[in-house]
Amino acid sequence: MAQIELPSYLEQSEAVRARFDRLKSREVILEVDQLGKVFDSPQGPVMALRDISFKTHRREFVCVIGPSGCGKSTLIRTLAGLESPSSGRVLLDGREVTEPGPDRGMVFQGYTLFPWLTVKRNVMFGLQMSGHAQSVAEGEAMDWIELVGLGRFAESYPHQLSGGMKQRVAIARALANQPRILLMDEPFGALDAQTRGKMQANLLEIWRNIDITILFITHDLDEAIYLADRILVLKANPGEVNELIEVPVPRPRSAEQFIGPEFLATKKRLEELIHPPSDDDDSDALNMVRMTRVGDSVENGLEEIE
Amino acid sequence: MSNTVQWFAVRRALPQRQATVLTVFSFLLPLLVWALVSYVPFLWHPKVEVTQPGSVTWFKEGMLVERPVFAEQRQLALESEAEPPEGKRANPVYLPAPHEVAVAFYTAFTTEPKRKSEKWLHESLWHSITIIFWGFVLSSLVGVPLGILCGTYALFSRLNEPFIEFFRYLPAPAFGALAVAVLGIHDGPKIAIIFIGTFFQQVLIVANTTRKLDVSLVEAALTLGAKRLQLLYRVVIPGILPDLYRDQRILLGWAWTYLIVAELIGTSSGITWFITQQARYKNFDNVFAAIIMIGIIGLVCDLLLAKLGKRLFPWEQHKEQ
Repeated sequence: MAQIELPSYLEQSEAVRARFDRLKSREVILEVDQLGKVFDSPQGPVMALRDISFKTHRREFVCVIGPSGCGKSTLIRTLAGLESPSSGRVLLDGREVTEPGPDRGMVFQGYTLFPWLTVKRNVMFGLQMSGHAQSVAEGEAMDWIELVGLGRFAESYPHQLSGGMKQRVAIARALANQPRILLMDEPFGALDAQTRGKMQANLLEIWRNIDITILFITHDLDEAIYLADRILVLKANPGEVNELIEVPVPRPRSAEQFIGPEFLATKKRLEELIHPPSDDDDSDALNMVRMTRVGDSVENGLEEIE
Repeated sequence: MSNTVQWFAVRRALPQRQATVLTVFSFLLPLLVWALVSYVPFLWHPKVEVTQPGSVTWFKEGMLVERPVFAEQRQLALESEAEPPEGKRANPVYLPAPHEVAVAFYTAFTTEPKRKSEKWLHESLWHSITIIFWGFVLSSLVGVPLGILCGTYALFSRLNEPFIEFFRYLPAPAFGALAVAVLGIHDGPKIAIIFIGTFFQQVLIVANTTRKLDVSLVEAALTLGAKRLQLLYRVVIPGILPDLYRDQRILLGWAWTYLIVAELIGTSSGITWFITQQARYKNFDNVFAAIIMIGIIGLVCDLLLAKLGKRLFPWEQHKEQ
């Protein structure tokens, strides 16, 4: 098969470079400064995150990607204030984050809508917590519900909605507080491929229309490239920054770009970072040995590894 | 294949009709066993009811004697050519037949009490229900909030639960004498027994239910700006309400099981007084009627509460199917 020559993922077209220049000139919303997190476990302290530093600019879309166990979830929970850092700092608009707050909206992977509240009441929740009057909260909530296209379901309960609809409500609920940044922890991870594609397009549409910065965690390479301006690639044990990639795929994004040269070049680079080719062979070979039936000769497999 | 009912499908619901039939059978089968034992003489009937004493001087009409004893006396009479006693096989006095209990069930409500100081059956029943009610309500007033606090805040859990864990092993009736000494001989100690029997379990069960609330709901609320008491009132309590309601239904059932012991303490009263009184007169049909009555009240009560629960918590319905 002929090898297709891909451009380097570092090559950016004029328009893309101009866009990144504009992006970086904007104010910094979130700054993570040498963040570290150590958990106590029965086997002793475990370092989940080490020395993580990066910045997100206003209206930027940043994806965080990495192998399982790289501390993606710990990172986003620390940003949300649900975990406290062991070292380093998280700054939002220059102020240190110490506890959860409505200035950082969060969408979780699991469905976390309040099952006893209707869609409208769920979206109103944050507004009521911050002391908005009932009528004001109701009006604003309806605007957000319309934005995610669920106006007809305002009076439904979460259990009456599909998975994708639930996550749309969760997005509306987080946005209703008008947070400075939206933190999303693998929000589409539990959805089927088709719904997932629609949700990604939806999210980009919403992001384009309002003033919001998004930090999005995923383990899906395509999803990261499709959505992000920049991708923060972590490596595992402990979770550290491997590389911060500027995605060279021009905006607006569409599904056709999935087979474009910039897209594939970026994906190739991500593959290299997340599945390094070196030490993976052994484990695969061992699995092959385990799959042979009991009593069968397994000499070949083992000898080749030795 | 499509039309045959899979009676033994593992963890699958039966069709509606079959399920209803089985529900009816679950009541009919015990009743059938009872009826068989009562009406088919050769199944059990260990006694003989004397219908004609004959020459046996110590026999009286209507008397129940053991079968071997009757056979021996009859043999003796036949041998001495005296008039033999006559009798028919019967069950012991403590096992009345279904129809006798049914009649007793009806007459218990319609016959006036023998003495002026005694109460009608429905008055006794009502008295029992008020005892349960106050015992359960007082227990819930303290137990439910305390349980929710224990399930929400580690502080309350650590401070209360170890002692409660110990205390719940002390049998409630053991406090009978103490309750009488403190609260007198009337309703006070009875309510106290129901309270003690319910309260300690209640705190632990409610605390557990509270802890089972998905913690990500609390975290979601935190990221939406909820603070301290808002978390308790707007997330924890509404979140556990359906399960709390279910717990309360189960606990109310337990409270009923303490009723009989509670009512024996101090002056005997309520349905228990009725039962012990009737047992003393050997009116076992009335005893059965009263016991069945307790069962019916409990079951009807629970069914009503279950129906009410479905209306109160519409978002929970999908779980039960």
